[in-house]
Amino acid sequence: MSTKTIAGKTVQVNDEGFMTNPSEWSKEIAIEFAKEEGIPELTPAHWKIVDFCRQFGVNGGKAPTLRQITTSTGVSTKEMFALFPKGPAKKVARVSGLGKPEGCV
Amino acid sequence: MAEQNRKIAFICSKGNLDMAYPALVMGWAALGNGIDVTIFFTFWGMDMINKARVDHLEIPPLANASMKMNMMGVPGYLGIPQIAGVIPGMTPFATALMNSKMNKLGVPTVREYLQMLVDGGAKLYACKMSVDMFGLKKEDFIEGVESIVTAGDFMDMTEGAQIIFI
Repeated sequence: MSTKTIAGKTVQVNDEGFMTNPSEWSKEIAIEFAKEEGIPELTPAHWKIVDFCRQFGVNGGKAPTLRQITTSTGVSTKEMFALFPKGPAKKVARVSGLGKPEGCV
Repeated sequence: MAEQNRKIAFICSKGNLDMAYPALVMGWAALGNGIDVTIFFTFWGMDMINKARVDHLEIPPLANASMKMNMMGVPGYLGIPQIAGVIPGMTPFATALMNSKMNKLGVPTVREYLQMLVDGGAKLYACKMSVDMFGLKKEDFIEGVESIVTAGDFMDMTEGAQIIFI
């Protein structure tokens, strides 16, 4: 376990760079993490997914899998790969301050 | 020079229901990790992309030594007598059982899984020799199958990829 300074705050992260304490998250942190993931700007379409993940994570404590995101939000798989290219569920989990999603679908 | 993205290619050669899933599950996981995915369907594996067959893949209990009666809730590892496997209806029964178990776990059907993979950017191809042998055409395949390619084409397009044969 280590810490990372991002958007002026020091947060706890694991070896893979995922935040371990979701309550340390803020919107500013999300924007910075998104930049690290190659997403220069979080549009309303991005925020819709991030908001869903935050809610999912706060309730269950875990990040949703890609299929959980698509079936719950109605956002298609294609759109997800367009919004968060190359590994949408993992990227959005990181941006949302949650751990890596668990589960095979 | 741009960093080369990791690439995985699956060769699906089996059409039984249980053998359809490995490439789908691993392919989906690969896409989720930002890895390029190519799937090549050959021989019986073409049932997975055949419009008329994809929703009817089956799993026969016959000669399947790992399928025990505990799947049906019988405790222990009591086998299914091989002679029972030949009784008409046993294959549909085992298939229905597996499908319902998958369904309970929230696992998508083969058709839906393939659509997810295509939407995620996976490239699907059918094997030219098998297509010719089975007398199939591109129109017989589900949407998302890019084209019918030769073994040589497959080798060209999977340069640098990790190849998994199923």
